[in-house]
Amino acid sequence: MAAVAVLAASPGLGWWFPQSYVDEAGAGSLESVNPLGREIDHLFYVILVICGVVFVLTQIGLAWALFGAAGRSRARYLHGNHVLEVVWTLIPAAALFFIAFYQMGAWAKFRVESYYPEGVTPVAEVTARMYEWRIRYPAPGKPLMDTPQPDDLYAVNELLIPAGQPVLIQLRSEDVQHSFSLPQFRIKQDALPGQRIPVWFQADVPGEYVLLCQELCGWGHYKMGGVVKAAPPEEHAAAMAAFAAERRSDGVTVENDEVTAALPDTDSTEPGERN
Amino acid sequence: MATLSPPATDAFPGGDPHGASGAHAGHKRPGFLRRYVFSTDHKVIGMQFLLTTLLMLFVGGAFALAIRWQLAYPWEPLPILGNALFPTTGGRITPEFYTMLFTMHGTVMVFLVIIPILAGAFGNFLIPLQIGAEDMAFPKLNMASYWIYWPAVFCFGYSYYAAGNFAAGPSSGWTAYPLLSALPDANPGTGPAQSWWLYGLTLVGVSSMMGSVNYLTTIINMRAPGMTLFRMPMSIWGMFITAILQAFALPVLTAASLMLIADRELGTCFFIPTGQLLPGEDAATIGGGQPLLWQHLFWFYSHPAVYIMLLPAMGMVSDMLACHCRKPLFGYKPMIYSMTAIAGLGFVVWGHHMFTSGMNPALGMTFMVSTVLIALPSGIKVFNWIGTIWGGKVRFNTVLLNCAAFVSMFITGGLSGIFMAAVPVDVYFHDTYFIVAHFHYILFGATLFGVFAAIHHWFPKMTGRSMSEGLGQLHFGITFLAFHGVFFPMHMLGMAGMPRRYADPYVHPPFENLLALNEFMTWCAIVMGAAQLLLVANFFGSWAFGKKAGRNPWLANGLEWSAPSPPPHGNFDLPPVCYRGPYEYSSPVVMPDRDYLPQDEPPEMHAVRGA
Ligand code: HEM
Ligand SMILES: [Cu+2]
Ligand SMILES: [Cu+2]
Repeated sequence: MAAVAVLAASPGLGWWFPQSYVDEAGAGSLESVNPLGREIDHLFYVILVICGVVFVLTQIGLAWALFGAAGRSRARYLHGNHVLEVVWTLIPAAALFFIAFYQMGAWAKFRVESYYPEGVTPVAEVTARMYEWRIRYPAPGKPLMDTPQPDDLYAVNELLIPAGQPVLIQLRSEDVQHSFSLPQFRIKQDALPGQRIPVWFQADVPGEYVLLCQELCGWGHYKMGGVVKAAPPEEHAAAMAAFAAERRSDGVTVENDEVTAALPDTDSTEPGERN
Repeated sequence: MATLSPPATDAFPGGDPHGASGAHAGHKRPGFLRRYVFSTDHKVIGMQFLLTTLLMLFVGGAFALAIRWQLAYPWEPLPILGNALFPTTGGRITPEFYTMLFTMHGTVMVFLVIIPILAGAFGNFLIPLQIGAEDMAFPKLNMASYWIYWPAVFCFGYSYYAAGNFAAGPSSGWTAYPLLSALPDANPGTGPAQSWWLYGLTLVGVSSMMGSVNYLTTIINMRAPGMTLFRMPMSIWGMFITAILQAFALPVLTAASLMLIADRELGTCFFIPTGQLLPGEDAATIGGGQPLLWQHLFWFYSHPAVYIMLLPAMGMVSDMLACHCRKPLFGYKPMIYSMTAIAGLGFVVWGHHMFTSGMNPALGMTFMVSTVLIALPSGIKVFNWIGTIWGGKVRFNTVLLNCAAFVSMFITGGLSGIFMAAVPVDVYFHDTYFIVAHFHYILFGATLFGVFAAIHHWFPKMTGRSMSEGLGQLHFGITFLAFHGVFFPMHMLGMAGMPRRYADPYVHPPFENLLALNEFMTWCAIVMGAAQLLLVANFFGSWAFGKKAGRNPWLANGLEWSAPSPPPHGNFDLPPVCYRGPYEYSSPVVMPDRDYLPQDEPPEMHAVRGA
């Protein structure tokens, strides 16, 4: 009975908390690969500290009020206290305003176009459709156009990006609503039918990262995954060129086909010029 | 004073002092049907709502356990019901069925359990009794609000039949975002099932609307003489503010659901954008709408609705805490003002459900500030509850334990809300299990524990008998521990990024290692589900065999405790008069002899000592 009451008062909740670190570590790297993601983590930890302190203090306060009373023979006749009310209004108000305004910067960087990082490049248009991600790249060396171009390159569920620099995708949906989510980058953006929404992110570390759909889109929602492959810029350019060559090949081997054989050269003349 | 109710005069003809039996001597005793089925008595309707919603709690709980089974043992045959439901897959849950499971779980719990158990059951039972009225202002409307709940249940249930297949039940989530919910061909569950789901939604709305009109009128017009607004118990304040929220927010949802029905059935394009290629059509739509419109309309209702699911519980917990700590409520007026502030702010924060939706980023900032601000009145309430307990003569019984758990879990759920109110952090947490943890701490942890407390507290008034303390505390203990076992780890899952509404998160490598934790949670959920049988046993057992309770077993102050238990039709022996606020516990006026001072006790009775 007493133990139950102790838990009701809930300082007991406290000892579950450290587990979070175990789990988060177990889920991959602790740090986000995205600089903005690391900023978001920082904001998270700031709130965690503030809320953690409030959590522990209020739960202890509750326990203390409950058990401090045990065995009391007579209750205090007390209707309230004005000073206390004012104090416990103003202090949380200050903390809450601090939390709110402290978030603005990161939010602006993520969503407000004039705060996007310098030199962010649109690399692809990503179109969500039931249970897969369709990706449209411009031909190497060309900028991404709003409408499909004859020499565009198409892929499914695999997005290639250069590491170490901010990249931007144009997000669309073909059927219902989906959500473009990169947990390791800490970003997420819904794909709305009828709209094109820009999303930027940056992989500091080359590697393969999971791409998920996080807005219910039907029975296959859970398996609507993809992968973002980040490679150092030169490797990325080479991979894109190879990809372009492979897509343009008509099955005839390169040695016998002058046109395709010539292509990689023209493509690799201006590798950094896409924007 | 302000009494509009005509029956009030004929119930007590000429001040006839016959008491309970005499009051209705002139009336024909109504038959069984009129008394227990199509009754207009607010207490009977309250009990009907209570029993029905408890039944629905079990239905929703069964859905929850099936969800948990799939998350712990993905694609393994579902025990017990599996083979009957899915003969073709060897008893395995299909992904289609999984989407239907969490849709119906959410729908049942929100629309058929939490909202009607607070407003329908306790609102009905408590409002007239606590304000000293003999019934609701519109008893027939009240009866209709219960009987329209059943067609809603029927629509939700019929949706399976209309779909022709269990796995094709409504499946676009309880939030029913278009275009998934707007295109009949989009998915197995978005055909006729989705239409019937929308009809059901509209009908529960009508039921709530009838209730809230009634509660507002009753509270405004039918208070006993002396029951000024600032002498009303917090339960009444909670119901009152809830009814206001309901009255203003609900029409928006009703309109939205009619628009969605029109999109589906009449080919309008409120939510379907221009240039959308619909399956089975060869031309793209023209003159289109916006899928985001649904989210705005839906959350314009459903955010206030989460307070509709909380404020009455807050009020009831305030009353119960004061009574069982034998202390006046700490800061009665600040409590009322903060409740009002929550309700007011509740109308301007809906956008926090849409931070990743692609709406204007400046709106996101505005919604962040308003949302963070709503934590302020919530915090004030917590501090005042702790202030109420502090220095009290606490009775550690089932009611108090559940109330303390309410406060504790409300703190937890409220604090996790701050993480999500912070937009950049929410960008990460949105649609992960962090959200699931948050709303279960509030809805289940706070509201439902408040409801458990209220059941134990007012049971003697409802039935004339007391519930068993031993069983009650056992039920509380198991539910409380298992609750944390199920829902606390969800915060961790959320931090690890596990998305919600995934039939099998483990196909994605980052989530593979979360299976063991999910298994643990599922076992806790099974224990918790089983523990609810204790509540049922206690409820019905005590109803039949419990100790007789008398009028005022808790020595409480509210007007309801001066009526007989259970109160007869018409409630009070004599129309009560209210002389003071509801929280005069341990008042020095009466103190050495007793520590309570009922609202209707005339001051003459202790004037001598008071002087
Ligand atoms: C036995 C107790 C319960 C268990 C084990 C449980 C479990 C779950 C789980 C696992 C989900 C997530 C489904 C998903 O998104 O994949 C969920 C969603 C939800 N639950 Fe519960 N739940 C329980 C009780 C309740 C209660 C009492 C309420 C009522 C307030 C409730 C309200 C909700 C809501 C509103 C959702 C969201 C539905 C949606 O996303 O469409 N649950 N529950
Ligand atoms: Cu999806
Ligand atoms: Cu909300």
